[in-house]
Amino acid sequence: MIWFTILLVLLVLAALWASMTTALLRATLGLALTSALLSVVLFAMGATLAAVMELSVCAGLISVVLVSVTSLTQPRSVKEAIADRRSHLRRFWPLPLVLIAAGVGLSFVHAPIDIVIRLPGGDGDVRTVLWSMRQLDLFGQILILLAGVFGVLVLFRKEAK
Amino acid sequence: MTIEIPQSFWLYFTFFALLLLDGLWLMLATRNLVRILIGIEILMKSVTLFLIAAGVLTGRLALAQSLVITVIVIEVVVVVVIAGVILGFFRKHDSLDVGNTRDMKG
Amino acid sequence: MSDLLLLVPFVAVILLNLLPKRARGAALWIAFGVLVLEVAAAFVERFATIDVSVFAVLERIFPFHLATDGLAGLLMLCAGLVGMAALLVARKMFEDADDRFFFSNLVLVALVGINGIAMVRDLFSLYVFVEVTAVATFILITARRMAGTEGDQAFEGAWKYILLSVIASVLMLTAVGFFLLSTGEITLAAAKEALATRDPLAWIAMGLFLCGLFVKGALVPFHGWLADAYTAAPAPVSVFMAGVVTKASGVFALLRIASSTLGGAAPGREILLVVGAVTIVVGAFLALTQTNMKRMLAYSSVSQMGYIVLALGGDPRLGILAAGLHFFNHAISKSQLFANAAAIEKELGTLNMDEMGGLGSRMPVTAGTSAVATLSIAGLPPLAGFWSKLLIVLALWSAKEYAFAAVAILASLVTLAYFLSLQRKVFFGKPQDKWAAVRETSPGLLVPVVALALITIALGVAFPFALKILWGGGA
Repeated sequence: MIWFTILLVLLVLAALWASMTTALLRATLGLALTSALLSVVLFAMGATLAAVMELSVCAGLISVVLVSVTSLTQPRSVKEAIADRRSHLRRFWPLPLVLIAAGVGLSFVHAPIDIVIRLPGGDGDVRTVLWSMRQLDLFGQILILLAGVFGVLVLFRKEAK
Repeated sequence: MTIEIPQSFWLYFTFFALLLLDGLWLMLATRNLVRILIGIEILMKSVTLFLIAAGVLTGRLALAQSLVITVIVIEVVVVVVIAGVILGFFRKHDSLDVGNTRDMKG
Repeated sequence: MSDLLLLVPFVAVILLNLLPKRARGAALWIAFGVLVLEVAAAFVERFATIDVSVFAVLERIFPFHLATDGLAGLLMLCAGLVGMAALLVARKMFEDADDRFFFSNLVLVALVGINGIAMVRDLFSLYVFVEVTAVATFILITARRMAGTEGDQAFEGAWKYILLSVIASVLMLTAVGFFLLSTGEITLAAAKEALATRDPLAWIAMGLFLCGLFVKGALVPFHGWLADAYTAAPAPVSVFMAGVVTKASGVFALLRIASSTLGGAAPGREILLVVGAVTIVVGAFLALTQTNMKRMLAYSSVSQMGYIVLALGGDPRLGILAAGLHFFNHAISKSQLFANAAAIEKELGTLNMDEMGGLGSRMPVTAGTSAVATLSIAGLPPLAGFWSKLLIVLALWSAKEYAFAAVAILASLVTLAYFLSLQRKVFFGKPQDKWAAVRETSPGLLVPVVALALITIALGVAFPFALKILWGGGA
């Protein structure tokens, strides 16, 4: 059980690094690392299909999108880039302390809400649940992908006018 | 899975809260648009963790995974659309600094 | 058959994109046709139970868990009418054919989202369709305007909306997680049972979910994004957003949850009363200070949403009827007002009310219809808004919430004040020299406003007769 907790701690550390690192590209890399670690955590928890989706989509696709955006938006002025890096750390140095404080604080809170009871009732296979019970969500996914396509068509158009 | 994983609500909630805090801080404290997007992403990851944890704790892992799969798809589209918006902003202002547009009052 | 409401607009979008480039001009009218079907569907109350073999086949292929009822019909009616108005405004405001094409497509996508919101019985599916509508709206707000001089405003409006929308999504998903922990299910029925058993997890979950909806619906204190988003968006998008999108994502879900889960639960009611009252007052006073016409209308929308929430805190049956009626009235009148603003923007090129004046003689139809809408929202008889305000006050009175009823009435005075200020600044007085060449706007923009104004008047005059139908359908 201890290694699982270590895994979770690594996850938060990766997110912290992604937040605090000064270079944008490194932050993107940090996010990919966070996604990968989350994928491992999900796998360890038994959520294999979700882990695979997290790894391939979030660690993969989203990182590609972010890197593309970063490279398409290289700041023209070097001064701005440097100023951004300097002010970045100034605003972010309290973050690790806040996180440690929150982590310690929460680990001492054991309010009367001690859930953990496994609820009665079956579980089932993810694929069965997804395809036979949550078709509405699947339709929603198709819809939002459609909206996304329009988003790309509309927002990424070249300024031809 | 035969590996023994913790069944403690507070463990999962703590790490969910830490990721949430990290994402929120990033969203609020930075002026760089792409970093805000990264903050949004970290927020979504925290919720993903929480949903699967809820599934593990209640024995409804299949349902939780179905939900998370949909959430991930939605997450991707939202990221792409926000990236498009950021791109449009950059094309007009040549900058990723959101401070340049604080000119709407009231 | 409720599946059709989701499938028809979806198929329409696919078809629109298969059209050859030359035929794309028809896109707007095809979308218009779908919206006409939407309005028709809203009136066919019992259609969900029609037993036709074709529908049975559809049900087997697409076994969505949907249910239609009077409340869903209400939202669909609003969506159809407002959508039609928005398309007509887009026809005149978007000069670029590509803009009109994408607008029609995205409106149809948002329509599926709104129909989904209207019909789902499951908290997570509600979230999914709210997100579909939100993403379509993100794109609608930012498209095209980015290149113009209003680029800054367009971005900031969209950005605030996006950020708060993401936070709302996180709130709602966390709530789903807590519901899962509490009951192992995420259907509305299961949530209702869980709330009844006073499970603390369920209460936390519902609280979080409601907060998410408050953010999406721009209720105080989460109203910060609305004014910027409405002002920044292109005119037809403002019409669509103000008329139906914000309401569907926020207040409608509240209506649905209130009518199926909260019932007369005490702490829930008090929260609704307080949030509603604060929203009404804050929105009204913020509207009073605005000089940009769309901004004032936006804060007015915030205020009116407060009325709907306030009504839900009153007597259960009467409150839902009052809230539903006010929902409809506001959809009709506010979208009409934004269409009026579109006409003014088109003819004058500005929305700064301090620069206007005396337009009443130059643009009589615009002036007349805007008078109808503002008086209706302010609650003057015999217009439709009077009846919904009256019902709200009655709902509060019969629940013995006298203080809140008083707030509702007093806030109406502030509402009247800012609307009169709008009328005075824009339409009364002598026309300024620079507006000498201004003429009434084209018929294309007048048709929707006249139609909507007529609905307002007709509903107001015929309400006592309509009450019988609404009581049966909405409660």
